[in-house]
Amino acid sequence: MLQDLTDAEQLALAQCRHAVLGVERSLRLDCGVDLGPYRVAYQTYGTLNADKTNAVLICHPLSCDQFVSERHPVTGKEGWWESLVGPDKVLDPARYFIICVNVLGHCMGSTGPLAREPATGQPWNLRFPVVTIGDMVRAQAALLDHLGIPDLFCVIGGSMGGMQVLEWAATYPKRVFSAVPIACAAHHSAQNIAFHEVGRQAIMADPEWKGGDYRLHQTVPARGLAVARMTAHITYLSEQALQRKFGRALQDRNALGFGFDADFQVESYLRHQGSTFVDRFDANSYLYITRAMDYFDLASAHGGVLANAFRRSPTRFCLMSFTSDWLFPTRESREIVHALNAAAANVSFVEVESDKGHDAFLLDEPEMFRTLSGFLKGAAAVRGLKQAA
Amino acid sequence: MKSEPAVTAAIRVDLQLIADMVTPDTRALDVGCGDGALLAYLVNFKRVDARGMELSQAGVNACVASGLSVIQGDADADLRAYPDAAFDYVILSQTLQATREPREVLRQMLRVGKRAIVSFPNFAHWQVRLRLVFGGRMPQTTSLPYKWYDTPNIHLCSIDDFRALCGDMGVRIERAIVLNSKSRPIHMPPLLANVFGEQAVFMLSRD
Repeated sequence: MLQDLTDAEQLALAQCRHAVLGVERSLRLDCGVDLGPYRVAYQTYGTLNADKTNAVLICHPLSCDQFVSERHPVTGKEGWWESLVGPDKVLDPARYFIICVNVLGHCMGSTGPLAREPATGQPWNLRFPVVTIGDMVRAQAALLDHLGIPDLFCVIGGSMGGMQVLEWAATYPKRVFSAVPIACAAHHSAQNIAFHEVGRQAIMADPEWKGGDYRLHQTVPARGLAVARMTAHITYLSEQALQRKFGRALQDRNALGFGFDADFQVESYLRHQGSTFVDRFDANSYLYITRAMDYFDLASAHGGVLANAFRRSPTRFCLMSFTSDWLFPTRESREIVHALNAAAANVSFVEVESDKGHDAFLLDEPEMFRTLSGFLKGAAAVRGLKQAA
Repeated sequence: MKSEPAVTAAIRVDLQLIADMVTPDTRALDVGCGDGALLAYLVNFKRVDARGMELSQAGVNACVASGLSVIQGDADADLRAYPDAAFDYVILSQTLQATREPREVLRQMLRVGKRAIVSFPNFAHWQVRLRLVFGGRMPQTTSLPYKWYDTPNIHLCSIDDFRALCGDMGVRIERAIVLNSKSRPIHMPPLLANVFGEQAVFMLSRD
């Protein structure tokens, strides 16, 4: 299974752990396909305590991966949640055993469209089954079984990570002591599906995509994937943030160029975002992961009533949203809060004031850290977890 | 937990009266919980499974950061989301007069909770009467410190008004404590209490 890895996958797997699961019992996916064996790449920080009560699962969003708090093996950049995870941070590896699993369908070492189909030995490409948020979570649960971790002190994540947190709490309530879904929703909205569709169409319109078989043809649909990333990136920012960062400032010139080069700084910035994304993300994976988000609808999986997903939940919830996030607006978090209230669950909810848009959850937001730290402290006291002095 | 500022054995007198009405080891929802002083007291000193709801962002954040379970929401809109009899007590302290629909809020409180505990300023307090009758201006007192144009208190009532509403709604008054301007309980017949009480705390239940 470890043959034919891309360069990125080789670098990733050399810097993290992995497990091959689904050998004896395959994973039944929501689409009906039995997947197995499959590989999950994951990273851990800290040590599991003797009681196995200090495990924290971080669920990563679409464009991040398992390298939460370390130099990324492919990009060389610092970890995507280093503001939150690390020594003396809110999630301190000295206190918690922190796990982050590369989601199924992704391209940093876990099985996805890049892998080979066991039956034929051929690359899956677009023949890879469509995976869901539920499938990703079931694969994570299988990994925890494999590692002998009975339950989690906390499951935390933002955006698509938040969707996984909700799915965890709904599917495995007894394995989730506390849950922190940040900047997310219980279903993907029409507008969000629309933006994802633009991204997918951009990839599929790239002649280098070759119906998904680009590796066979030794091409890369770089332009399509870059445009997909550019579109998505706009949705991660707020109008104020773009205005504050760039305004109408020109890039490397004093006057308009009367052409279609990147005259404006904002254009240059987006082009840079697009072209660097191609180095660390696979185009087919992008199709699969965006699809998984589009398909997410927790209420519909529970008879159309979101509260049913959380009936008799013993989990302590803390939800957070950001004022300027228009991709996952506060309204959608509040909908989850209402459902949790209707289920009489233990829930806290904070809307953080920020003009940084959806991306705020990845940035240095002291209010978010304070809230999270207080919530975890309260949960740890109830759980009987020892706190650092 | 004990080092957090919200956790203290000394709380405002009216909050202490409310806390004294709550039986230990029960479930309570504090609507308009402010900085969480009452919630923290109930959690730490009465082992109550206490939840809060608060309108102000600063209040909610302070509560959650000190480990309390609080959501941002308001009494008018968000009580509806809770199921019937989810709590033993639903508490509304010094907030009823600021709700858009006090009667509906009371009804929701008694739907969500087996009991409701409500405290409010008495608009028939003698100081209020004097200021309006002889001053000819909208009354400003220690418990009603706002100007008419910036007050959040849009549905003020007297103690007798409140009793009448409970009667109308068929709500049972289990306890009524009237406090003077020094926040000490006073024991007087209702007619006098409605003059000398500056605020009141009622414990209600459904008939």
